[in-house]
Amino acid sequence: MKLPGVSAAVLTVLLAGPVATGLAATVLPAFGYLPVLGSSSFTAAPFTDLLQEPGFAASLFLSFSTGLGATLVSLALVIWFTASWYRTRTFQRVTRFLSPILSVPHAAAAIGISFLIAPSGFLVRLVSPWATGWDRPPDVLILNDPMGLAMTGGLIAKEVPFLFLMMLAALNRPYLGDYMKAGESLGYGKTAAFLHLILPQLYPLLRLPILAVLAYATSVVDVALLLGPTTPAPLAPRLVVWMNDPDLTKRLMASAGALVQIALTGLAILTYLLIELVVRKRHKAFLESGRRNRSDRFVRVSGLTLMSGLITVTTASLLLLVIWSMAKSWWFPAALPQRWDLGLIGSALSMNQAALGYTISLGLAAAFISTVLTLWHLEASSRDPKTRLLSFLVFLPLVLPQIGFLFGLKMLFLAIGWDGTAFAVLLAHLVFVLPYAILALTDPYTRLDPRYEKAAIALGKSRLSVFLNIKAPLLLKPILTTFAVALAVSVGQYLPTLMIGAGRVVTITTESVALASGGNRQITALFALLQLLVPLAGFLVAMTLPRLLFRKRIAMSGAR
Amino acid sequence: MTETPHDQDAGLLLDSVTLALNGKSLLTIDSLIKPGEILTIMGESGSGKSSLLDFVAGFLRPDFSASGRIILHGRDLTRLPPQQRQIGLMFQSPLLFPHMSVLQNLLYALPAEVKGGKHRQELAEAALRDVGLDGFGGRDPATLSGGQQTRVALMRTLLADPKALLLDEPFSSLDKMRRSDIRQLVFKIARQRELPVLLVTHDMEDAAAADGPVFTLDR
Repeated sequence: MKLPGVSAAVLTVLLAGPVATGLAATVLPAFGYLPVLGSSSFTAAPFTDLLQEPGFAASLFLSFSTGLGATLVSLALVIWFTASWYRTRTFQRVTRFLSPILSVPHAAAAIGISFLIAPSGFLVRLVSPWATGWDRPPDVLILNDPMGLAMTGGLIAKEVPFLFLMMLAALNRPYLGDYMKAGESLGYGKTAAFLHLILPQLYPLLRLPILAVLAYATSVVDVALLLGPTTPAPLAPRLVVWMNDPDLTKRLMASAGALVQIALTGLAILTYLLIELVVRKRHKAFLESGRRNRSDRFVRVSGLTLMSGLITVTTASLLLLVIWSMAKSWWFPAALPQRWDLGLIGSALSMNQAALGYTISLGLAAAFISTVLTLWHLEASSRDPKTRLLSFLVFLPLVLPQIGFLFGLKMLFLAIGWDGTAFAVLLAHLVFVLPYAILALTDPYTRLDPRYEKAAIALGKSRLSVFLNIKAPLLLKPILTTFAVALAVSVGQYLPTLMIGAGRVVTITTESVALASGGNRQITALFALLQLLVPLAGFLVAMTLPRLLFRKRIAMSGAR
Repeated sequence: MTETPHDQDAGLLLDSVTLALNGKSLLTIDSLIKPGEILTIMGESGSGKSSLLDFVAGFLRPDFSASGRIILHGRDLTRLPPQQRQIGLMFQSPLLFPHMSVLQNLLYALPAEVKGGKHRQELAEAALRDVGLDGFGGRDPATLSGGQQTRVALMRTLLADPKALLLDEPFSSLDKMRRSDIRQLVFKIARQRELPVLLVTHDMEDAAAADGPVFTLDR
């Protein structure tokens, strides 16, 4: 038996299986074919129904504009800041702030932001009533504004840390500093040198993450429910409503809508590529003009201001979650709670043990399976490079809107009786967790000095001994980090848990989004906080365990 | 030492070995290294000398093609996996495993057939004494000087009981003062144990000290 083939096959089945079958099971009902519900003739009716839904065009436009807008702004901010502060202390400080934000699930960040900017939120409270005269929350649509600005902002707050970390990973290659020196000694300003010499080298590595952000942002459900417009809502949250409608024709319509969602995301990606083309052309002219742009002070200061603003808003939002989870009463317009109560934390937790239990067990299982599979595959393919996975396959679940195949997957699981089981939810989580595990571990794994392995093998050691005694300990930190990333991705899954879990498998993420519409801010805050505490615990272990185990080994400090 | 390498076949035989990369021939060598003898391969980087070591040790990259046989004391190694070849390797840098103590590095190298925790520890400590590092067992490898690390690496290689040694410029990372001491030590021990040694270097002094046949590679 050839092991490399096996690991690649297992990964392919886990990644492509649900996507392909889910897609197929979405396409058929979209054209009226759903025998389970008694309709087995092909028709275009679901699509014509869709067109007659009030505000359908507005929903499409909102999904497109918020998604593309959030992606472009996030990318611009990341490039702007990195270009002007790369290789400075400020850059490293910002890195320390942004990295932990990455582990915050989208829903938790959105809830925190809603507590900050809502009419009854912290910002309004700070200036009321002394400056505004308001002694009750003003009746303005700051949250859920019809243009989707709050939603776009919420997405930006999460996508900037993600793209920034992708940028950091891309920057992790030799000689970049020399290119900067070469550019600066030719008389170019720091920012210009980065844009001309470094960015073109890194951009190919950023492209897929950017497309993943775009696919996510154009089809997001949880952030749209929490911060997005409601009359009408963007497409994806409306699809979820139709999918759960007791009227069965609405389900066919939802499937048709899922295909429209895929097309819409595709169109957004195309638009992005078109913008990329134009920017490239302009950049080429800029590069060849020889303009030095030596005085880039304004660019640098404004880049830093925007980035610090974003960090401040996100940090304040997360702090608000902490305060709210301990507030017994906090009436408008007081800036801080009148009465505190820690007791409710305990009782809320004991009432929702199932959600916490599912979150942790699903997260640990998904993280364990994906880390082990990734290691197995990397180890197998390092021996036989022919069995490398197609990177296309790894990224497919990331650049396809989740909703596009989750509908079909749900109906498939319904048909075979898996709907609402923890196992089915785990399978759905793995589709999204595996790509991140592979992304996180591949680079450190291939970067390990191959001579350690050679040295051990030359001592007569078996492959297994070399892996367990040499490679695994040397890679302990990246392995644990991968585990933590995988755990965080699993905890953050909203739509897969909601759709496949069918209300029977609930996690703190689905619960907190449901609670947010209920209006009990204390319990909502508590659940949002839990969403970020679970991944945080994972990252803490990944940081401290290697340090503890190898505290007497100086050369392992890179791994500590 | 389980074998008596004093018969006809004794030594490391490179039997009409040729290496090629993408169809382009890199080198051809045909040579017998007798027990206790050091064959020096001289050549610039890119001449294929590291690939020759890879071929002998069993690590040749799949894009290289090779012909010929590697025979050690009459045993054909050419098709054997590297674990079963019993060939010791020393690299340009000592490559002590950074997550283990000095003693753990040595204990890891000692074959599992050597039983008894106490006995194993004594052997490892004796090996340290042999190279003047008595009492260094508990140390973090990173706290040792370059010369000390190379000495530990030598003993790590020898404790695995190899039947031949491959040296890939193992002295190049040391400063000039240390280099000749360590070189003498390595060569002395190799001769004592009657190991055939294949040394790859571009340092003329290494070749002179090896006092054996020299094979020069051209690009």
